[in-house]
Amino acid sequence: MLIINDLNVSIQDKEIISGLNLEVKAGEVHAIMGPNGTGKSTLAWAIAGNDAYTVTGGSITYRGRDLLALSPEERASEGLFLGFQYPVEIPGVSMTNFIRTAINEQRKYRGLSPIAAPEFLAKMDENKKLVGIDSKLTNRSVNEGFSGGEKKKNEIFQMAMLEPTLAILDETDSGLDIDALKVVANGVNRMRSKENAIIVITHYQRLLEYIVPDFVHVLYKGRIVKSGGKELALELEEKGYAWLKN
Amino acid sequence: MENDQNNLLDHITQSEYKYGFVTDIEMETAPKGLNEDVIRFISARKKEPEFLLEMRLKAYHDWLRMSEPRWAHLSYQPVDYQDIYYYAAPKKKQELQSLEEVDPELLKTFEKLGISLEEQKRLTGVAVDAVFDSVSVKTTFSEILEKLGIIFCSFSEAVQRHPDLVRQYIGSVVPPNDNFFAALNTAVFSDGSFCYIPKGVRCPIELSTYFRINAAKTGQFERTLIIADEGSYVSYMEGCTAPMRDENQLHAAVVEIIAMKDAAVKYSTVQNWYPGDKEGRGGIYNFVTKRGMCRGSHSRISWTQVETGSAITWKYPSVILMGDHSTGEFYSVAVTNHHQQADTGTKMIHIGSNTRSTIVSKGISAGKSNNSYRGLVKIIKRAQNARNYSQCDSLLLGDQCGAHTFPYINVENKSAIVEHEATTSKISDDQLFYCRQRGISIENAIGLIVNGYAKEVLRHLPMEFAVEAQKFLSISLEGSVG
Ligand SMILES: Nc1ncnc2c1ncn2[C@@H]1O[C@H](COP(=O)(O)OP(=O)(O)OP(=O)(O)O)[C@@H](O)[C@H]1O
Ligand SMILES: [Mg+2]
Repeated sequence: MLIINDLNVSIQDKEIISGLNLEVKAGEVHAIMGPNGTGKSTLAWAIAGNDAYTVTGGSITYRGRDLLALSPEERASEGLFLGFQYPVEIPGVSMTNFIRTAINEQRKYRGLSPIAAPEFLAKMDENKKLVGIDSKLTNRSVNEGFSGGEKKKNEIFQMAMLEPTLAILDETDSGLDIDALKVVANGVNRMRSKENAIIVITHYQRLLEYIVPDFVHVLYKGRIVKSGGKELALELEEKGYAWLKN
Repeated sequence: MENDQNNLLDHITQSEYKYGFVTDIEMETAPKGLNEDVIRFISARKKEPEFLLEMRLKAYHDWLRMSEPRWAHLSYQPVDYQDIYYYAAPKKKQELQSLEEVDPELLKTFEKLGISLEEQKRLTGVAVDAVFDSVSVKTTFSEILEKLGIIFCSFSEAVQRHPDLVRQYIGSVVPPNDNFFAALNTAVFSDGSFCYIPKGVRCPIELSTYFRINAAKTGQFERTLIIADEGSYVSYMEGCTAPMRDENQLHAAVVEIIAMKDAAVKYSTVQNWYPGDKEGRGGIYNFVTKRGMCRGSHSRISWTQVETGSAITWKYPSVILMGDHSTGEFYSVAVTNHHQQADTGTKMIHIGSNTRSTIVSKGISAGKSNNSYRGLVKIIKRAQNARNYSQCDSLLLGDQCGAHTFPYINVENKSAIVEHEATTSKISDDQLFYCRQRGISIENAIGLIVNGYAKEVLRHLPMEFAVEAQKFLSISLEGSVG
């Protein structure tokens, strides 16, 4: 589904990702771990198409297409979802309006007519239950004044509403209490299927007890320095990253 | 074909005439430039009573002694007032045969607004055939209004049919020599709207110039007078929400509103005139004087404006709060993009006791534009317990535009409570990227954010205006980012 080949990414002429390779197949869940500031979020931004992050080399192929040739909104409409490490506040725009606009733009891209109101409302209700948020939250402006945990749940809520093919979740587990963590994991697990793939970026092995990954990668200094199965996460938890740093 | 159309037009103009919406068609044009003769000519063509001619001449002589205001935060080429036709017979616009002859940019905008084909033709002056419908709609409306004793007609018609009302109220809120542009308007005004709501009548529909044929060609010097008698209510929507091209560069309108005891007037504007091209060529200069007078106690005047068009906007819809317990409101969204310039705001003059005013101004600047809020809150000595709340927000897109706030507060009575809040914010790249990552295009993301920002003002617009205003906000900011 996603093939990243020899990728280089720079921010303001500083190279952050250097020669990164990664392949994610449909049906798989990958976890990316690694010390702070090693480029995990940068990788996510580059895949999502944030133009502050310049791809200076390599390629990203998504479902057989050159992903780098698409705008961020096209990538989203092609089924790519990014759960933000720091979700953004948009004053004055209600969650409901925001998500309906997003759904309809994606549908338009796919040649579908706007979603019917009853179907939309039913979907809202279902997913609000799924992630345990209520209408008080969805009637408010996007992320405005949401608590840290509410913002993260809201990312999962949006993911559930948009039904992506590939979801990248950047530290969606950070700052969550244990119940919220289960809620998030539950949301992600519901998305798991033969057709979909998920990349979770996390610092904690704990999340991976709930979302069991097929692969765990360690990102260090802009490259994947080690890959393994779910046991690797346990090993990292025990030993830290020092043993990988050369 | 040609002939059919002429017949059709005749038919329509006659229907209009029959229902009293339009005065007879003149064929003459006054020579370019402004002098006493031209003013006499205008007045004579319009068969005006003596008092109006006198008022025009007096305003003209005042105007000669005045100079163009320079205090606004605007810069533009000086206007050559001798290079303007001050009276042109209501010219038939060059009629186009099909929409294919219309500027494709304009059509694109129509499409985005979801304006029907027939309506598009009407607005662009393509040979009309849908007007029959509108005519019947209009008739129904005028019958409803007539039954209630509401007068709603063109200004010229009011001069002929209700000269006493006109004489009593014209210039009573905006004196002929109020300012340079008001004096010019008073001297040469062409036509406009007149509206009188009798005692105790609540006007059941939103009054809109849309329902008056010829409104599309109101011209450069429009004059509007609205009188709400005791205990009456009217909601008035100005102008046409469609993007109109106009060959006249200078517009100087005057609007006067009078609200008697317990009366309420809600005046809404969506101004979407040609803003000029991306390089700042062309575009309308819009110098407007709008003022309301809350004459009676417990009266209320509310201005809501969405200003997205014009190259230059100079307007300060104001309220003089004479009556005790009267209320003035000003809700404004002004958008400037490319090279547009807007200097707009309000004046709230508190004279009566227990008067209240509210000001909510939202400026949105993009491109290389300049957007200024200029407001005065004045509370005179005898205005006991006056209150004002002002909120002036500016939203910037990009870093080449300017936003300025000039709030003037003048309080002479210690019991007054005046609150002023101001904020400046930007649409951040993070916000745009967040929207785009969800599949929302840059343009729609800006539209979404801007409409969210302006929501507080938009909710004061009548429904049918609000929907269009939202679309305008998005459209006028197109190409401002990315
Ligand atoms: N916009 C930016 N401008 C300058 N430097 C940046 C920018 N974004 C990221 N960086 C730098 O790039 C490096 C990688 O950052 P990134 O956010 O990808 O790290 P991360 O692996 O996600 O870290 P964490 O685990 O703390 O979230 C860091 O040194 C960071 O300071
Ligand atoms: Mg990160």
